[in-house]
Amino acid sequence: MPYLVHSPEDRAAMLETIGVKSMNDLLVDIPQSLRLESLQLPDGLSEFETMAQVSALAGRNHVYPDRLTFRGGGVYRRFIPAAVAAVTSKPEFYTAYTPYQAEASQGTLQAIYEFQTLIAELTALDVSNASLYDGATAVAEAAMMAFVHTGRNEVLVSGYVHPEYVQVLRAFGEGRGIKVRKGGEPNQKTAAVIFQQPDFLGLLVDAPGLTAAAHDAGALAIACVDPISLAILAPPGEYGADIAVGEGQQLGLEPSYGGPHVGFIACRRELVRKLPGRIVGEAHDASGRRGFALVLAAREQHIRREKATSNICTNHSLCALAASVYLTYMGPYGLRQVAEVGFRRAHALAERLAALPGWEMAFPERQFVNEFPMRVPKAPTVVKKLARKGILGGLDVYRWFRELKGVLTFTCTEVNDARALDELVAALK
Amino acid sequence: MADRRYTKTHEWITVDGKTATIGITDFAQSQLGDVVFLELPTIGRKIGAREGFGVVESVKAASDLYSPVAGRITEVNEKLSSKPELINSDPYGEGWILKLELAGDLPTDLLDEGEYKKVTEASAQ
Amino acid sequence: MTEPLSFELSRPAVDPPRLPEADVSGPAPSELLPKEALRARPPGLPRLSEPEIMRHYSRLASMNYSISENFYPLGSCTMKYNPVVNETAASLPGFAGLHPYQDEDTVQGALELMWRLERALCAIVGVERVTLQPAAGAHGEWTALRMIRAYQHSKGEARTEVLVPDSAHGTNPASAALSGFQVVEVKSGGDGRISLADLESKLSQRTSALMLTNPNTLGLFEREILDIAELVHSTGAMLYYDGANLNAFMGICRPGDMGFDAVHMNLHKTFTTPHGGGGPGAGPVGVKAELVPFLPMPTVERTNGHLMLDFKRPQSIGRVRSFYGNFGMLVRAYTYILAMGGDGLSQASQDAVLSANYLRKLVEGDLEMPHEGPCMHEFVASASHLSHENGVRALDIAKALLDRDFYAPTVYFPLVVPEAIMVEPTETESKATLEAFARAVKEIVALAKTNPQALHDEPKNLPVGRLDEVAAARRINTYLQGLSEDPVLRWKAPVQSPC
Repeated sequence: MPYLVHSPEDRAAMLETIGVKSMNDLLVDIPQSLRLESLQLPDGLSEFETMAQVSALAGRNHVYPDRLTFRGGGVYRRFIPAAVAAVTSKPEFYTAYTPYQAEASQGTLQAIYEFQTLIAELTALDVSNASLYDGATAVAEAAMMAFVHTGRNEVLVSGYVHPEYVQVLRAFGEGRGIKVRKGGEPNQKTAAVIFQQPDFLGLLVDAPGLTAAAHDAGALAIACVDPISLAILAPPGEYGADIAVGEGQQLGLEPSYGGPHVGFIACRRELVRKLPGRIVGEAHDASGRRGFALVLAAREQHIRREKATSNICTNHSLCALAASVYLTYMGPYGLRQVAEVGFRRAHALAERLAALPGWEMAFPERQFVNEFPMRVPKAPTVVKKLARKGILGGLDVYRWFRELKGVLTFTCTEVNDARALDELVAALK
Repeated sequence: MADRRYTKTHEWITVDGKTATIGITDFAQSQLGDVVFLELPTIGRKIGAREGFGVVESVKAASDLYSPVAGRITEVNEKLSSKPELINSDPYGEGWILKLELAGDLPTDLLDEGEYKKVTEASAQ
Repeated sequence: MTEPLSFELSRPAVDPPRLPEADVSGPAPSELLPKEALRARPPGLPRLSEPEIMRHYSRLASMNYSISENFYPLGSCTMKYNPVVNETAASLPGFAGLHPYQDEDTVQGALELMWRLERALCAIVGVERVTLQPAAGAHGEWTALRMIRAYQHSKGEARTEVLVPDSAHGTNPASAALSGFQVVEVKSGGDGRISLADLESKLSQRTSALMLTNPNTLGLFEREILDIAELVHSTGAMLYYDGANLNAFMGICRPGDMGFDAVHMNLHKTFTTPHGGGGPGAGPVGVKAELVPFLPMPTVERTNGHLMLDFKRPQSIGRVRSFYGNFGMLVRAYTYILAMGGDGLSQASQDAVLSANYLRKLVEGDLEMPHEGPCMHEFVASASHLSHENGVRALDIAKALLDRDFYAPTVYFPLVVPEAIMVEPTETESKATLEAFARAVKEIVALAKTNPQALHDEPKNLPVGRLDEVAAARRINTYLQGLSEDPVLRWKAPVQSPC
């Protein structure tokens, strides 16, 4: 059997040392009525047969080429440098346990400390944690921080925040008695105003204005941000937001049908004690050598138990490592280049699409970075037509927003070369 | 009452007229380890007997603090924000946590030195 | 050995990586966007060449223990071998390249894998359906409690309490509080198992659920589980299973058959998905029929061989994360289950129990055993006597093991045992490794009696010695109060220089 190490002789010798006759003597506490004959599962397979079956399942999926992917909605195709997988596939990183025993985990801890610094720099806020599951749960965690910090139990979702993030926010809020309101102005019952920059349609919102309005009402401002866009857009720290959250999938992670990806959260100094999840800090040993360790553990669930802000026990450590490698590879200028190429190509594409008969920009007065909404005739037909030509076209947002009938969002990154744009436009003629 | 009284949750209290001073015991600080942070209440807050008023944190543990008596908080030991280790080095003196103005009589179930010692001995087993 | 931070290795003159040009005409961001919308200062990301980056991460990797190199006897963590073929499977382009918003017709293979994984997990734990959405154990736990609450609300019941054993892991009460419940502790009896009498006294019409691990966190099977289930159900409450210890009895018995209504599992424990230095994992939750309508949506449904995502679930508790689950981890777990099969999984649990009892026997002369055996897949020892007599604590033993190239067992948990040392060998450690570990323990205990001070100074052979976490916490405190600019929680440039 695969991965098992004991021979029948080993087992017999162990039973003898323990001083019992058979396994049944060790399982004596289990009531006979519960004992199974066997599991209702087929027997195991050779590695060859296992991979044949798994590959067959993979083969039943259609993978759109990166360059012909124009659909975003929170998950994007990006150039992933080979260095990322080379680092995350090192067994010392991917098979390592959670770094509770700091002295034996300096590799992971230092990598996460670097991640925290990178996120703090990107968002221009004081402190980041060691990562969360995804952008959606990061939004929910930020809302809970605001609830605990202000004592108010309502959060206001402003504008087009990712609908799945809002769904998760509602699910988390319900258990805590947090109400989620969409639209309108913050008031004395508002713990936080949550907005997304750029929003779910790809459009820029008035982040400084929303932040000021939140503060005027005594609420916190939570900005859900696109990490690559932060190479060119003003980061939350520059306009005074209290907490920044977001999805880090674009930083070196494959789409992988939605997961695992990585959420990030950063905040102002005053809110750090309310941050959920793990945090790595610097420490020294008796000889003065610098090392890193999990800190502020007393916030966390295993110590505060029912009084913790959150129950989150874990971080998406390996995904955060991927993000760190990506950002380190890119550096400030590489990241800027990635963002600018996407910006230019998306604007060129938008202009060409808007020239198609019956097509127009939805919200033409608003700016975008590399994702934008188009109002098109017969949206579902357009999407199917593109799919038939092997192109993953625009995202139909009507499924979430009933006021946006006929609106498709298109995205364009550095992987969509100029010829791919030609192919897309040609396919629509 | 000049001498200290204690609670089962390891707080101590001394009373001078209508003012009570409260802290945590030497046993409690030794169990916690090096104190690194305290979450303290605001002055003016009214608190009931056995009500939680804050948290004391060490690197690996966090303990809730319960007031032995009912009253209104008049003073909080500001030194503890920058020097939480005073709780370890001098739990009954410089490590005092707060003072309050008593509302009513002292509860009758406060422990004296001997009774508290029995509690700590039982805990240590 | 210490390795500088990437930020400390950074040099301003390093070329940025070559990236594609835009190749289109059109405005730059600074030409279109108003100045206020643009970033004033570039982010302080490090600037390193690729050779320097690869060297940096290789050196960091060499400072890590990992299951690929070391034995991890961590109780309740099930640190077993991570099969390499699982990595091959998860990185197949046919899985890795799928966008979550692709049309269902184009992802039938992915949906079929999720459906088959769900059926396999149902068979292993004895439930009706499984949600694969939760990203981690605690996440799954919270999801289960929300479903239980929603179910009880649908019957017009507003139950406010969740019962948790005093030996439970901290996530249990945290998840309960997060779901809006009051937490009530149930005491263990002298034999380490939950006290039926105390349970009965704490159960009431206010009880929503009892959360239990079985075997419990002491590695002991709750013999009275059928009585416990009956007692809990008689008050209209539900029974929740914490799957941390599922490795003890796959193929031997099933939580569903014991009466558990919601069964949580950890794919990163029992089902070998790698820990990744802390994550990602996956925490699926199985449910009995009553809870099925409340499952997070979408679920994966199969009709006439065609798979679809079902969003038409009016009583669902909603979404607990974006998209459908940590799909990459689901692929790994499915590949493992396929390779092991029913026969392999059964043998795995039996070997896990056998190994734990063997190791327990080997060390029982050196460490105190607070409870009688046999244990299941893990056991809890105590360093209490060493602590009282020699001043050597569980922590010292843990650090001394690190110095001997073994990862430390879990220490100070469960809280009901003083100076607890919780050991779970798993089925993928050879007899020779177990014996080597037992010899190391023997040597350390002997040293504790002859030269305890030596142990207080360990580990000596690792990149750093014991870190002063108290000093770090105090520096953080000072920073958080605004009395210093030394962040401790991130690197900061000594002098702000423009990139």
